[in-house]
Order: sequence, then C-alpha cells, then structure tokens
Amino acid sequence: MDDKDIQRGIVQMIAKAETELPSDVIVAMKQAYTEETGAAKIQLEAMLKNIELAKKKRCPLCQDTGILTFFVKVGTSFPGIGSLKKTIEDAVVKANIEVPLRPNTVDTLTSTNHGDNLGFYLPHILWDFEPGDDVHITVLPKGSGGENMSALGMLSPSIGLEGVKQFVVHTVRAAGGRPCPPIIVGVGIGGSADLAMNLGKRALLRPVGVRHPEKLAAALETDLITMINETGIGAMGLGGKITVLDVHVEIAHRHPASLPVGVVIQCWADRRAQMVIHKDGSWEVK
Amino acid sequence: MEYHVTLPIPSDIIKKLHVNDILYVTGTVFTARDQAHERLRRMKPSDLLFDPSHMALYHCGPLMKKEDGNWIVVSAGPTTSSRMETTEDILLERFDVHLIIGKAGMGKRTAKALQKTGSVYAAFPGGAGALAAEHITKVSSVFWLEELGMPEAVWVLEVKEFGPLVVAMDSHGNSLYEHLSISP
Repeated sequence: MDDKDIQRGIVQMIAKAETELPSDVIVAMKQAYTEETGAAKIQLEAMLKNIELAKKKRCPLCQDTGILTFFVKVGTSFPGIGSLKKTIEDAVVKANIEVPLRPNTVDTLTSTNHGDNLGFYLPHILWDFEPGDDVHITVLPKGSGGENMSALGMLSPSIGLEGVKQFVVHTVRAAGGRPCPPIIVGVGIGGSADLAMNLGKRALLRPVGVRHPEKLAAALETDLITMINETGIGAMGLGGKITVLDVHVEIAHRHPASLPVGVVIQCWADRRAQMVIHKDGSWEVK
Repeated sequence: MEYHVTLPIPSDIIKKLHVNDILYVTGTVFTARDQAHERLRRMKPSDLLFDPSHMALYHCGPLMKKEDGNWIVVSAGPTTSSRMETTEDILLERFDVHLIIGKAGMGKRTAKALQKTGSVYAAFPGGAGALAAEHITKVSSVFWLEELGMPEAVWVLEVKEFGPLVVAMDSHGNSLYEHLSISP
C-alpha cells in the first residue's frame, strides 16, 4: 500500500471539493437565479459567476475553506486501515499549501493559529465499517457562517412534528442572511443530542433535489422547504423567494421521553467530494 | 441606481446613496474582523501605521498565499458582519471610515452610527471569494499577521471596480435587513 499515493488522492479530493461545486447544487442555484428579481438576483448572478471563476482558476470558491469533516466508510477487508488516519492528517497539511486552505484551526483557549489546519480532534474523521475491500471517503469542508447558525432542540415529544417544523423554521429565521442563503438545511430527528446533530450533518451529504426514501420523512422535507421559503429571507438576507435550496431530514429512533432535533445549516457553497480507495491502493476521486 | 466610485467616497455622494443602490468601488480597503476590531477599539488613529479615513473597512478574513516573497490574494469574500456589531459604532466614530463592506447586515447600534457619521454599509455576495479576488489588484501591507494569523490580520488591499455591492444600510437610517432580527 503506497500511503504517499493515497495521500495525493486525498489532497486531490480536498482540492475538488474546495474549487468545484457538485452539479446538483449548481442546477439548484441556476433555478433560483431564474426565479428571483432585484438584489437577490444580483447576489445569485455573482455567486454563479464565482462558481465558474473558481473552477477555471482552480482556486477555493470561498475564502473560508472551512473545517474539514471526513466521512470514512471502511471495508472490513481493506488492508491499509492501520495508516489511514495518519494519511488523512498528512493530506490536510499538504492541501493547506497546495490547494491552498486558509489556516482555520486555532487553539480554543488561547486563539493561537498554528497555521496547519490540524488540532485537537481536527480534522474531524467519522468512521464507519461495512463488509468489503474498498474505502469510501467523503470530505465536507464547512465554513463558520453556516455552522455558527446550527442549533439543537431537545423538544418535548408532545409537541409533535408541528413543533419540530416550528423549531427548524425558527432556527433558519434567527440565522437570517448570516449562513449565506440560499442554504441547504440538514435536520436530524431522534436519537440523542449528539446523534441528532450528527444526523443533521450527515443529511447534507445527500444531493440537492433527492428526497428521503420514507414517505413521511419526504413530506416533512417538502413542508419545510415551503415554510422556509415563506420567511422571505432570500439570498444573503436581502429579501426574496428562495431562501433554501433543499432540506434533508434523517431519522433515528428515540427515547419515549425525548425528541432531539439537530439543525445543521449549510451555505450555498455546499462543498463536498468523494473518493474510493481499492484494496491494492489504487484510488479514484469522484 | 448604479454607482462606480473612487474611495474615499465624498460625503455628498454618500448622502445620495440609498438602500438597493449598486456600488462598484475603486481604491483602498482594509480588512478587519473579530480580533482586529477588538484591537482597534482600544486604539486611536495616531497609533496606526495606516490611515483608515481614506479606505473602506472590509469584513473579511482572506485566503492568501506567498509567491516569490509577495502576498497574493487567493480568495477573499466577506465574513459575517453581525459579529462586529458591538464594536462597529466605536470604529465608525473614531477612525473616520464611511464605507463598511460585509455580508448579512448589522444591527440597530451600527445603523444609528451610520446615520450619525454619514456612512453606509454595503453587502458583497457571501461566498464569492474567487470573484472578490479578481477585483483586488494589489496587497499593499499587512498588520498583526504574526499575532493574529492570516484570517484575523489587517490586510490593506487595492481594489478595482470591487462589486457588485448592494447598499444595504444607508446614511438615512434605512436597512434592507429590517425584516430580520440581527443580534451579535
């Protein structure tokens, strides 16, 4: 297994995520542009221009290259697991210079910026295991504009789904233009406090425009899209019809006395990229 | 109305600007976000090695790289302005700055200070860092880089036709963010 070569692959995946938006997001942005007028349309026009420019110049489309979260699904027969964590961390240090990334990890207690995008618990790596030979990695660079507006509600179960919707809409309304709308909203419902937030973030990995396979959850998503767009926040909070590009819900079972709701807000620059590493060490970035 | 203006914007032009006007600016801007605001709040104009009164204040933590010993702007869109809400009125009154560029708006305290000092707040599209970098022609200087790090340092940048900026809070007390509740 050539760890240096896998490292190159991970750097390439990070670069792709930072410089090219997934096509599902671009389609939704173009649709929003056709529907808007006035100041909101001007924002969307500039954002679309920015998407093209970043891809052409291969530079990060937003200066906030984010905190990197890696979702890693490891095939239990993959032979290179022993060094994978270190390879991901080394790739981040390399991407820092090659992409480049903005040094975004500061010491929480002293605010000192060491400049390498590493730190306690960062980059954040979430591990999953499944039978098989391959490793699938998704990287989600997420800026602070959206992340700062995320919220956890430990609701009372008697409040029901109406209460859940109200909590999500309230969170989006309080955020206003700060998370750079049009946003994508991930909502994790059920489980525990940490699981609801985790599911809210995982929900962002689903492409824009794809509904939850369960009918009730899908209906919740479409209701929330309507309700959030009715707030009139619009692109960058300047007022408009399109505040949200999509809402993705993920559901866990819950304790009978708990109704956790994790709302994770993503900016329009919904950056993500994937790669697969095979058992012989070869890889593809998707 | 669309305006193409040179910094510093004369006070009679500032008065003409109203919310929803579009601005493209040419001249010098300096970046400042949380930590720079905290420092500036404790300083006076004579303490500084640059003159903010000729410049626009840009809420931005840019992504820079060094090539052949020179700083180059890679990506430089705006950061969320409301984080600076509790200090901005002090900066407006003390440093004679009359244009703030940021994103997503500011609150009542800043709105009042804009009116009092004859200044405007204009929004650059959030996340459009590559587009912003296209309109930055030169990195003139950087202050407090060692202590604050790249995003929080004060970068003095030359910009050309920097925009589109939407005048979102004007000197007459109007704000496009009135439908939102903006707290720091």
